Amino acid sequence: MLTDKEVRHIAGLARIKISEKEEKGLKKDLSSILEYIDKLNEVDTTGVEPLYQTTGLVNSFRSDEPRGEFKPAPHQSRPISDWRSAEKIGAGMDDLLIGQAPHKEDRFVKVKSILSHK
Amino acid sequence: MDLGFTIKDIKEGLAKGHFTAEEIFKKYFDKINRGNKNLNAYLSIFERHKENPPHGELYGIPCAIKDNMLIEGTIATAASKILKNYISAYDATVVKKLRKAGAMFLGKTNLDEFAMGTSTENSAFGPTKNPHDLTRVPGGSSGGSAAAVAADLCVFALGSDTGGSVRQPASMCGIVGLKPTYGRVSRHGLIAMASSLDQIGPLTKNVYDAALVLNTISGQDIFDSTTAPKTVPDFTKDLDKKIEGLKVGVPKEFFKEGLDGEVREKIEATISKLEGLGAKIVEISLPNFEYALATYYIIVPSEVSANLARFDGIRYGHSSKEAQTLLNTYMESRSEGFGAEPKRRIMLGAYALSSGYYDAYYLKAQKVRTLIKRDFDDAFKKVDIIVGPTAPHTAFKLGEKISDPLSLYMEDIYTVPVNLTGLPGISIPCGNGATSGMPVGFQIIGRSFDEETVLRVSYQLEQELK
Repeated sequence: MLTDKEVRHIAGLARIKISEKEEKGLKKDLSSILEYIDKLNEVDTTGVEPLYQTTGLVNSFRSDEPRGEFKPAPHQSRPISDWRSAEKIGAGMDDLLIGQAPHKEDRFVKVKSILSHK
Repeated sequence: MDLGFTIKDIKEGLAKGHFTAEEIFKKYFDKINRGNKNLNAYLSIFERHKENPPHGELYGIPCAIKDNMLIEGTIATAASKILKNYISAYDATVVKKLRKAGAMFLGKTNLDEFAMGTSTENSAFGPTKNPHDLTRVPGGSSGGSAAAVAADLCVFALGSDTGGSVRQPASMCGIVGLKPTYGRVSRHGLIAMASSLDQIGPLTKNVYDAALVLNTISGQDIFDSTTAPKTVPDFTKDLDKKIEGLKVGVPKEFFKEGLDGEVREKIEATISKLEGLGAKIVEISLPNFEYALATYYIIVPSEVSANLARFDGIRYGHSSKEAQTLLNTYMESRSEGFGAEPKRRIMLGAYALSSGYYDAYYLKAQKVRTLIKRDFDDAFKKVDIIVGPTAPHTAFKLGEKISDPLSLYMEDIYTVPVNLTGLPGISIPCGNGATSGMPVGFQIIGRSFDEETVLRVSYQLEQELK
């Protein structure tokens, strides 16, 4: 059985805030699933290699050439100092890349401050 | 239950001028508008469709797409609140291929949130009902696709299968569901769940249609480096070729406790039919079968916890309005956006991969996976095909198992080994259970990249079962 502290620790690792009620349910569910999974300890796997995938493909490469799938921007060659300009990459491209970010400013995704004063 | 139009029927109707592509699209559109309220099979429907090439292999065929695959410019939710308003920026490769073949998209179908579940009750937008009995589940996670096909609210549908999510709902809704070999069909544009297992497959009204759709969606793709450089045969070509003398393996482990009596009865009767077709029945053993589900429930949550880390409330999807700091943006957005099952699996995965536990859980599971693969490799030295039940029960009642995650996981017991080993598998309907009166699915598993034999056996069995 997982402890309350362990459940809170795992929730933190998973970056999910859980309520007290959720914590109780998760403790019960996760513990019973882990108990079932413990079955695997019955199996002797000495000297057995892990199987991460089944295709047998190793180092699957493709050529790295421009495919021209996105329309070139009208002012592609503008100097980097113009980075605030929405014209630098096509407006359509902006939309595809960051159009659905919940918080934006100009052509940038906005996040909360990373460093805090302590 | 009359399943309505097959792909062949629509093609004939179009060729003979009984209807135009526009008319048949409108007919299905109206039918969905009337019928979807009861079933909740569709999450969104399209009023119009883009003009597709008129001479494609699937020209004018109205189809449905599971809502975890992208269709450019339309909403893709994966049945999660976290993606409620997400607009697809591009077409999934399978969608692109269907489009090129002339198929028409009717809409996006319901699923368990992020394809995590076996009953479609984990959808954030309400459960789908089984068209055979509205008090029962359609199976899952591609329950919306299966219900839409069974109720003739589309001609065929695409689903995704990570541990049985195409085959099991097909079984519970009395239709055909095929999971191709891992590497046969590109997953580019499929919202990833467990990347070493996910595979896209068709849900259809008969085996011939499944072969036709597989012809269209298969092939190597530079956008999915796990797709194999294999030539794609015409899967419809040899469906008629006799199966006399074919060796059919029946794993004894499939018939132990846990298998419902009414399912066992139908499966055994169907195996006799194979014998009648001249196939040779051979009892085989898969000694590590009993460890497959435990292996699966380490690998899946581990991969889930990595794949779903991208939902951070920053780049797209739901973002909490409460959050004051960066960390809280993650914590709150994920807390508000994810439902119970994704939370459970993400946490289980985070635990299994965490420092000090990796070897005991994830590595151990991948080693047992090797042993399971060996069992199948050994079996396929003796037999050409393996058969058994798709699921241990017929469709259960809505709400019956939802409070016990482990009992829901058990519904995948016969399907997960096929994903762990990457093999192709199909479920075809083989009659209704004597007690529940609900459809039973018969599963046929083939050698890697041998969908041809899987489809051939299925096709001929289907004629016998008519």
